[in-house]
Amino acid sequence: MEDFFDLYRKDRWPTIFCPGCGVGTVMNCFYRAFSELDIDQDRVVFVSGVGCSSRIPGYIRADSIHTTHGRALAVATGLSLSNPDLKVIVFTGDGDLGAIGGNHFIHSSRRNADMTVFCINNNIYGMTGGQASTTTPHRAFSTTTPYGNMEFPFDLAELAVTAGANYVARWTVRNVKELIGSMRKALVKNGFSFVEVASPCPTGFGRRNKMGDPKQMYEWLKIKSVRKEKSEFWNMDPVDLNISGQITIGEFVDRNRPSLGSMLKSMMNNE
Amino acid sequence: MRLEAGTYFMQGNEACVEGAIAAGLRFFAGYPITPSTEIAERLAERLPEEGGIFIQMEDEIASISAVIGSSWVGAKAMTATSGPGFSLMQENIGYAAMTETPLVIVNVMRGGPSTGLPTMPSQGDVMQAKYGSHGDYEIIALAPATVQDMFDLTIKAFNFSEIYRVPAIILSDAEVGHMRGKFTVPKKSEVLERRMRTDKVWHDGFAYDESLVPRFPVFGRGFRVHVTGISHDIAGYPRTDPEVHEELVRRLSEKIIGNRDKISLTDIYNEDSDRFIVTYGSPTLAAMEVIGNDPSIGLLQLKTLWPMPEESIRHVAKNVKEILVVEMNMGQVFKEVQRIACLEGCENVRLLSKVGGEVHTPQEIVHSLRRC
Ligand SMILES: Cc1ncc(C[n+]2csc(CCOP(=O)(O)OP(=O)(O)O)c2C)c(N)n1
Ligand code: SF4
Repeated sequence: MEDFFDLYRKDRWPTIFCPGCGVGTVMNCFYRAFSELDIDQDRVVFVSGVGCSSRIPGYIRADSIHTTHGRALAVATGLSLSNPDLKVIVFTGDGDLGAIGGNHFIHSSRRNADMTVFCINNNIYGMTGGQASTTTPHRAFSTTTPYGNMEFPFDLAELAVTAGANYVARWTVRNVKELIGSMRKALVKNGFSFVEVASPCPTGFGRRNKMGDPKQMYEWLKIKSVRKEKSEFWNMDPVDLNISGQITIGEFVDRNRPSLGSMLKSMMNNE
Repeated sequence: MRLEAGTYFMQGNEACVEGAIAAGLRFFAGYPITPSTEIAERLAERLPEEGGIFIQMEDEIASISAVIGSSWVGAKAMTATSGPGFSLMQENIGYAAMTETPLVIVNVMRGGPSTGLPTMPSQGDVMQAKYGSHGDYEIIALAPATVQDMFDLTIKAFNFSEIYRVPAIILSDAEVGHMRGKFTVPKKSEVLERRMRTDKVWHDGFAYDESLVPRFPVFGRGFRVHVTGISHDIAGYPRTDPEVHEELVRRLSEKIIGNRDKISLTDIYNEDSDRFIVTYGSPTLAAMEVIGNDPSIGLLQLKTLWPMPEESIRHVAKNVKEILVVEMNMGQVFKEVQRIACLEGCENVRLLSKVGGEVHTPQEIVHSLRRC
């Protein structure tokens, strides 16, 4: 693969994404990671739910299924079980994965279902115009938290680690090199691999939190993100204490528990 | 092993499982719920023997989602549930209709609304099966009345679903699901497969011919097709133009309605009668007893509920003085029969309704017939 448009559908360009949106960076990083690996594009299926982040598969020149809001992981489970030779890759957002699809996220991690999941966490519901999501920071503003968010956010990466995923990492869109590296690792991992990308949504999140300019959002990500090795919360909570508003970045788990598909296969072979 | 030809004694739910396996089921995802659970339990044992996959998901939304995924890699896939689970599945039933995903859903109906009567039969989900998801769309629904029907109609449901690329729903009920009885497995059952896309053109994955049913571009073979629940053109790409939406939505309905005759399965008994009973599902058994004792009464058994077998209903309505619809709800098929019979000038259509969780007795039907 030599060209960006070997991976993406040129006939669908330009995309629907706003200027300054982190989704474009994620697509670029994914191209870099994917093109470096020897994966047959005709043997990959891309799956997503609904949201801006979930629009990525529609731009990829491969079999792709844009499902209902929150259900990507459950659809991906059926796909990968019925044809274990296919590589199944999911793109999702924090609302799609953490709110409406939260239960499928927990259980796909627990089953160690065979799929790679990339979640673009922009702390907001971008597609529907900036409502609070399960990862909106405490006291941040959104159209549905006009007085500030009184709830505390969800830590998606921590959830995946605890529930049983084989590989879990989190980076911001600023950590391009690390992100590409983790994407590559996740793509070749058996079982459930998960990469969360903290990403700017200047339109839905930034504007209401005095960061309407994408540059301010990048600056915010820089200030808020702390490598896990340097995190002062590391001893208390190895993944994150999201409550503090810190975005802990790094690789959180890399293990080789047997995947769902491999367990079913050994059962069928009476092993 | 698929059941060999012969006669068997089983529960309705078990016969459904054997029908599904005979039809080539490769994937089942489900969540336990009375009175459908035996289907999942038997498949957990039977499917791995056949080299197929069984998985218990975290809920019914996940179940139908996994079935959708499985269907897109070409597997014949099914789920089974009852009222509360069927309600949870509604969004993705519409999604499967919109994306033309073949799949089979067994709904072993129990008393509703809500948790209702978990262990007792009802036929309260007939309208939900057709109209439960948002927007205009068509599905196919079949209603078994016997253990034999559970086997036969399950195979038919797969055939219809594959041929028309549409969700096919088996509207069974607690009575039929839990009934034990004899059924025959024929030497050969007709099993149909979906028409697959073979050429490698990948920018018109939803192109269709005069059948109105696009050939299926199965995932993993290089078609590079995009599937979405958003209104889409023949490339599968999202489109918001009213013309594209209209063409799609009308075609999704027309491909089913246009084949109503082929999909309508009905049995007519005592055809020359001028008083007719109309039934589907378990009340049919009581009606059979009634007409067995009194051949002057006719019976129309609907095995297909959606699309409604209008021709058969009109045919019966033409020459009769009276039609009695017997169903375990407050009159869902009744209103359809009333509407259709009216087209033939038959205005005397009555309802014998029961919602208490018990099947009608033959006496209740006889009594109701006498009243007119
Ligand atoms: C069942 C259902 N409920 C609500 C919606 C409306 N909806 C579409 S996208 C979305 C939120 C998406 O948020 P996220 O997954 O974070 O993606 P983003 O747009 O921020 O990338 C919502 C609520 C829907 N499509 N379906
Ligand atoms: S709304 Fe936010 S997430 Fe969606 S495209 Fe715009 S910037 Fe990106």
